[in-house]
Parts: sequence; structure tokens; C-alpha cells
Amino acid sequence: METRAIDWWVGIFVLLGIAALVVLALRVGNLSGFAYDSGYVLHADFTNVGSLKTRSPVKIGGVTVGEVTHIGMNPKTYMANVTMRIEPSIKLPIDTGASIYTQGLLGEQYIAIQPGGMPQNLKPGATITMTQGAVNIDQMIGQMVFSKAAGSSKSSGSQ
Amino acid sequence: MAMLEFIPQLGRRTLQSIPGLGAASRFLLTSLLSVFNRHFSFQQLFRQIYGFGVRSLILMVVAAFFTGMVLGFQGYYALVRFGATSALGTLVALSLLRELGPVLTALLFAGRAGSALTAEISSMKATEQLSAMEMMAVNPLAWVVAPRLWAGIISVPILCAIFDLVGIFGGYLISVPVLGVDGGTFWAQMQSNVTFSGDILTGLFKALCFGVVVTWIAAWKGYTARPTAEGVGNATTLSVVTASLTVLGLDFILTALLFS
Amino acid sequence: MAAEALVELENVCFARGSHPVLAGVDMRIPRGAIVALMGASGGGKTTMLNLMAGTLRPQSGQIRIAGQNLQKFSGDAMYALRRQMGMLFQHSALFTDLTAFENVAFPLRRHFRLPENVLRKLVMMKLEAVGLRGAAGLFPAELSGGMGRRIALARAVIMDPMLIFYDEPFTGLDPISVGIIASLIKRLNTALGATSVLVSHDVEETFSIADYGFILAGGKIIAEGTPAELRNSDSALARQFLGGQPDGPVPFHYPARQDYAAALRDSHAAGEVI
Repeated sequence: METRAIDWWVGIFVLLGIAALVVLALRVGNLSGFAYDSGYVLHADFTNVGSLKTRSPVKIGGVTVGEVTHIGMNPKTYMANVTMRIEPSIKLPIDTGASIYTQGLLGEQYIAIQPGGMPQNLKPGATITMTQGAVNIDQMIGQMVFSKAAGSSKSSGSQ
Repeated sequence: MAMLEFIPQLGRRTLQSIPGLGAASRFLLTSLLSVFNRHFSFQQLFRQIYGFGVRSLILMVVAAFFTGMVLGFQGYYALVRFGATSALGTLVALSLLRELGPVLTALLFAGRAGSALTAEISSMKATEQLSAMEMMAVNPLAWVVAPRLWAGIISVPILCAIFDLVGIFGGYLISVPVLGVDGGTFWAQMQSNVTFSGDILTGLFKALCFGVVVTWIAAWKGYTARPTAEGVGNATTLSVVTASLTVLGLDFILTALLFS
Repeated sequence: MAAEALVELENVCFARGSHPVLAGVDMRIPRGAIVALMGASGGGKTTMLNLMAGTLRPQSGQIRIAGQNLQKFSGDAMYALRRQMGMLFQHSALFTDLTAFENVAFPLRRHFRLPENVLRKLVMMKLEAVGLRGAAGLFPAELSGGMGRRIALARAVIMDPMLIFYDEPFTGLDPISVGIIASLIKRLNTALGATSVLVSHDVEETFSIADYGFILAGGKIIAEGTPAELRNSDSALARQFLGGQPDGPVPFHYPARQDYAAALRDSHAAGEVI
């Protein structure tokens, strides 16, 4: 085959590889996070973050409006400190609450924001104080089994 | 008694293989470094990338497409029992990016290009073409081996990236239009669980390592083949078998190192 | 042997593993001569060519080319020296993916940046010299054995070497091709002012062109001289080799553990077949 044709094909091949990598990065890996780069930062302290991780979505009414950028530990209060980035167009009142929910039974965890009704808005870098941590399924099942057992023993005792 | 004979034999075999490994390593380094040799030619390199990479594309695309579709099917039936089909995108993407993409690309490459490389170099040796080059004051490592090694090392990660992408697309086609998984969830779940450096780049790094190993074994087996018709045949078979097993073994080590 | 020596070997020893191939070879190859190196198959003739070309190194002894000791040559210096050498391989060793023209042009393209028209002239000149200018565009697979060897010869001399090695140039060729190759070796040697070393066991053809000959057996030179001197050699081994007698100092039988008659008797006694 002629050298020129080979050069063309090799060029196309290398470009294909780069294109594949770019598509993987943006479409599959969501490397960008581009939507939230310009967003503002909020903090929230939770008693328990469960399996929440960096890049977990932050949603309002099921619509993703930001993502978790960092999870740390507050050494004074022993609370999990979550940092997130929120789209700049979304302004949140100061009495806004945040909860950690799970998508479905085994799905991933996300932060759900419940906007409040106060006229003042949270400033970038502010902390959301009204929070509800992740529900610990182990604990919940344990409680259920325990109360069931307690209930049944009570009922058997009355008979 | 048999056990007692087996142990020293194993030791002797191992000791005997050490100089061979040393020679093979020297061969690899000398060849790779001979890009600086005046007889290294980029035209030859491009020719080999064409032969190894471009001409393996169709094979890779077809294999990736089917692999992705099978992953979609199997993943769906495993997850649907737990009502967790929303994780299907993650499952398909992570399986391909971390394991199946690099490993299958390397195995297919060993069969398609590695065997051809061994056969080519060993028959050049059998017909004295390498000695003739040596006599014409052209270093065969620089002129013949180096462009082929580099072509393999460059081609495998590129092929792997294409394999990953096509595989994920195949998984999508089965999951969303055929099995009815929600398309938005498929991508969103995938995006929130796949990281660029941790999954995509690490997978491609694996592919790079496999590229080095497969072409190295293929070239070395060809270069040290006995210069007879039988030697060429043996070397070719041995090249594919050794390369495939090494890729699988190395995959275990790399996975333990990179994803733990 | 008054002429100045181009190649000198002094007590050269070489062994493959524990098997000695050469056990102290002394040899002088005069400049400008065609020298034949003869001996039985597996006697180390090709090894000697490789030693002189520097692709193998002797375990002990010295090899000097134009007065320079080969052992002192590093890899790069060796490559530089090889540009002044040419070798015709037993199986031609043409590059199967290149045309005859490109095969001959290969050393020029690798070592010099010549304008295409100059290169073309040089290559065509050599192809004309071997009588195959018309076959320039053919691939090695399309050439007959004799034509392939002539192309390989053109390639071996494209750099106008001072020293040309021929490894079994007549083997496997028809009588016409043998004659052509023999006359080409003679003509090229004179035209290029080169020195040729010819490894062969084809006695008649070799003696028709060689100025001087060495006979190698058991890792040593057992006879040397002009073809006429060799024919009248008093060495029994030399006479056996040149006369092609099946038995002599080189035994017909590969050494066996036991005499055949004795072995037969024993096996009869044991009632088995050998």
C-alpha cells in the first residue's frame, strides 16, 4: 500500500482513539462536572452520610441541581461535613433543609434539598443546619425485628 | 518419591529460566531505545501501526459490540431480581472499562497481530533475512523489531478505548431500547459511578501494559525461534499461548495493585 | 602468497556450548584473491565466515582485517566496518516484501540519502552486471533460485565492498546457473578490486575460479595451496575430500557403540531384531 494512504489511515486511527477517549470521559465518566464548575459552594453537617460519595447528585424535587464535591469530618462535633456545589441559578432560602435519601431499595444515595420559605438566601459557603442523615437499613431492620419480637412476646404473655 | 524429584526439577527449571528472562529484557530495552538509532524509521512505524491497529479495528468493533450486548442481557437478568436495573449502566461500563475492555483487546490482539508478528520475525530469521541485514550494517532490532514493538504499544490502548466505547454502546442498545431500562437512569447512574482517572485511565493503563507484554513476547518468540519451518510454527503457537496466559496473570496483579 | 594479507586468523578457537567447532585455525587471505574454504558439511566453514564478518566472536585467538583486530571493535565500529563487506547467503536471504530493485537498493537507502535518479542508476548498473535489469520489478517469490541468487549478489556488491563472502553460492542451482554465478564471482572480484572468500563443497566449480584454497576438517586447516597444489596434496583427508571417496579418514560410519557383526551376534542370541 502506498505510504500516503497508510499515513492517512494511521492518522484516522489515532484520531478515533482520541475521540473514543473524549467521549468516554464526557459521556461515561462525566469528567466534566462542567455544569457545576461555576456553581456556588454550600456545606451541610450530617450525623450519618451512609454510602454518599463525592460526585453524588444533589436534587430538588428529583431534579439534579448540583453534586457533592467533598466529604469530611468535623473534628469538634463529630459530624460528617459535606461540601456541595449548586447551580448558580438556584437560590436557596436560609431555612432550607437537606436529607440523604436512597434511590430505590439498593440504589445510590443522594442529597435531597427541601427549600424553605424565608426571604433571605443562603450565601455561598454557608452551612445548612437542618439536616437528616442517611437511614441505616441495618438499624431499621434491627429495630423492626426487635419491636416485632417485643410485641409478640407481650401478646403471648397476655394469653 | 515422585514429589522429591519434582521439587529440585522445579527449582532447576526456574533457575534455567532466569537468564532467558534477562536476555528477553535486554532485547526489549535495546529495541525500545533504538528509536534513537539512525536506522529507526517512522515510516516503518506507521506501516506497522496500520498493520496492527487499523487492520484489527473491525475485529475489535465486532467483538466489543457483542460483548457489550451480552453484558447488558446478563446484567439485566441478574439485577432485575433485586429491582436494581437502574444500576445496569454502571455494571456494563465498569465491567468493560476495568476488565473486559483491556483483557479482551489484549487477547484478540495476541491472536490477530501477535501471532503474525512472531511468524514474520521468525521466518525472516529462518530465511537469513535478519543476518543479511546485519551484514548490510543495518541493525535488525532498530529496523525490524523496534517499529513493531512500538506499533503494538501504541495500538493496544487506542484499540482498547474504541473497544470500551463500542461495548458500552452495545450494552446501551440492549438495555434501553430492547429491555426497556430507562435511558436517563442508564447514563446518569453510569456517570455518577465511573470516574475518569480511577476507571477509564486505569483501564487504559492496563491496556498499555498488555500491549507491551503481548508485543514483547511475540517479538522475542520470533527472534529466538529455531530457524526451521517447524521452529516458525512452534514459535507462533507458543507466542499466542504465552501472551494470553501472561495477560491473564498480569491482569490479576494489576487489578490487585490498581483497584484496591 | 607474497601479496599483503587482507584477512588474518591466528589460532582462532570457537565452540558452541561444549562442542568445539574450530580448534586453533591459522589463515592468511591475500588482498585481491578469490579464496576457497572447503570441507565437509558441519565442519565449521560457515562459522568461519561469521567470525570474519564479526557476527560471531571467537573464544580465543585473533582475527585481523586490514591489520585491525576485530575483537577491539565495538558494535558501532563493527557496523561501520561491515559497510565495506558484502555477503551472499546460501538461501539468498532476499527481503520477501520488497521488489528485486528495492532489495538491491536497500543498503543504499539505509546508509545514504541519494537523489532518486542517482540511486536508480547505481542499482540498475549492478542489476545489469548480473544480467537481470529486466527483472527489477519482480518480487523474490517470482524469481527462480538462480535469479534470486544473482539479485542477492547484486545486493551484496551494491556498496562496492572490499571483502565479499560467499556462503555456498552453488548449492541447489542448475548447471547453467552454477556457471553464471561462478563467472560473476570472478568478474565482480576483478571489476571491484575486491577480495572474495568462498565457502563451498562444490570442488570443480570452486577450483575453476579460486586462486587459493583451504581445506578444513576437525576444526583445523589440514591442507592449503593453489588448486593444483591441493590436487597433489599428500594428505589422505584432502585426497578423500577432493576425490569424493565415500570412505577414508572421514569414516563412512557414524561411530556406533558396538561393531555391527558383534551386535548381530548378540541380538541373535537374545532373539530380538535391531
